[in-house]
Amino acid sequence: MLRLILTRIFLGCLTLFAVTILIFAATEILPGDVASAILGQGATPETLAAFRIELGLNRPAYVRYFEWLSNALQGDLGTALTNKREVLATITPRLINTLFLAGYAAVIAVPIAIFLGIVAAINEGKWIDRAANIVSLGAISVPEFFIAYILIFIFATNLGWFPSLSTVYSDMGFWQKIHVVALPSITLTMLVTAHMLRMTRASVLAIMSQPYIEMAFLKGLPRNQVILHHALPNAAAPIISVIALNLAYLIVGVVVIEVVFVYPGVGQYMVDGVSKRDLPVIQACALVFGGAFVLLNTVADILIIMVNPLLRNSR
Amino acid sequence: MTNNNSFRNPTLSAEIGMVILAVFIICAIFAPFIAPFGEAESVGKTWLGPSSKFWLGTDNIGRDMLSRVIYGARMTLGVAAICTCLSFLIGVTMGLLAAVAGKIVDQVLSRFVDLMLSIPILVFALMILSMFGSSLLTLIITIGVLDSFRVFRLARSIAVNVVVTEFVEVARLRGEGLWWIMRHEVLPNSLPPMIAELGLRFCFNFLFVASLSFLGLGIQPPFADWGGMVRESGRAISFGIPAPLWPALAIGLTTISVNMIVDWILSINARPSGASAEM
Repeated sequence: MLRLILTRIFLGCLTLFAVTILIFAATEILPGDVASAILGQGATPETLAAFRIELGLNRPAYVRYFEWLSNALQGDLGTALTNKREVLATITPRLINTLFLAGYAAVIAVPIAIFLGIVAAINEGKWIDRAANIVSLGAISVPEFFIAYILIFIFATNLGWFPSLSTVYSDMGFWQKIHVVALPSITLTMLVTAHMLRMTRASVLAIMSQPYIEMAFLKGLPRNQVILHHALPNAAAPIISVIALNLAYLIVGVVVIEVVFVYPGVGQYMVDGVSKRDLPVIQACALVFGGAFVLLNTVADILIIMVNPLLRNSR
Repeated sequence: MTNNNSFRNPTLSAEIGMVILAVFIICAIFAPFIAPFGEAESVGKTWLGPSSKFWLGTDNIGRDMLSRVIYGARMTLGVAAICTCLSFLIGVTMGLLAAVAGKIVDQVLSRFVDLMLSIPILVFALMILSMFGSSLLTLIITIGVLDSFRVFRLARSIAVNVVVTEFVEVARLRGEGLWWIMRHEVLPNSLPPMIAELGLRFCFNFLFVASLSFLGLGIQPPFADWGGMVRESGRAISFGIPAPLWPALAIGLTTISVNMIVDWILSINARPSGASAEM
């Protein structure tokens, strides 16, 4: 089991390395020339040449890649081209904000979704299952910003319970923060709950159709005992991967939501960087998102190995 | 005969979905004849509420919301449809190639796709669009290529099961080329399960285009598109003006209708042929 886990960690590191290459390739090699992309079409050849030297673009790509990677590993993400500020100093508080929002949504969404997903699977075909199906299908079909604007319209504009802009400061108290960030968090919660509920339901149902479950029923065990002792331990692995997949989804969903609510997180930083063509900012944000994605998937795989009853007892 | 019957009688929700989708498609094709005002024409004061002249009110520079929603159907639906076709063209071709052309090609293509899917797709698209700029062509190619990785996975997994059948073996022994086998043996047998996927990928691409436009990196003004319209009128909602809700509602209705139709198609495919008596 330990060997499996170590292999998985090694694979995760390998993927992360590949992701850094991909980010670098997508932003620096593909278009051919970053300098002309940043300066635009109006730039004269002389300014372009000077700018290329300033960026260090006259050196070969692999040299620049390893320089960028070793700097990033030492915590130096470069300086933003537009305001000449350290990217790391800007991105750190924003990353904390994003993690706060994502964590806030996850703490509400995960227990609700797992509980409802299991309830829906147990009552397959009954009204509660159908209601959960229709509501969750609706929630995943509409764009994130639609849910966000409807919530703003009801709870901020008409009822005035929460602010429509989620501006947070570092000296804000915890409960004040919880109140200000309520609307974006509820939006994310609704989206993630819908996805997670459907996937949990499907994986529990897949297990309920296994022969050993039928055997347990034929032994004459009551229904809730079959579910608690036979189905759920085996459903743990798929449910963990559902949670991980959705937390990864949360990271991406956060981008649009942060823009709607003008929330100072990494997603908004990236969108700002993209519209200003600020290369170091884009690379750093992509690195953060890509890294989080790989990390979550690796952790999920390790957890699945650990809860697998077949692997737990062997060494 | 019973099977045809189920095609003629879609479920109620599928019928509703088809009607809504048909209305939007008609709006997209005949926009200049249906819309009361022009696409980029300022016709009244800014931020007017709904009235008999402007059914959905006006936007931030006094353009008629209803006309823009109608014109917006063109860009939003059109771009998403083209992206989906492109992604299927690339994804299915590569998927079938991976299944037919042997282990090495399969490994190379599959590992490459695994790598491409290890970065969130929105983050990937943002990186590429920031470098190439968001012209319509770049947008379509970016989304089409990024989405083709997911089509590839499905197409490959279906085609792998077709490749091991006797008729492919016979074609190989007959000396047919790779391309011929892909085109005449594997493709026709892989397509039916992919029809539902076509609808789902369309939904995904449609929401993706809308999200990118909402972030200001998708379809650019002066073209009206639903995601961009939400962006332009977004802040007005704090003042109680429901303007951003209309284009957002149009986006939601489209995806829900396509999903309802897909559910119906899936229910036909899942049923063994001739067993549709309960419909």
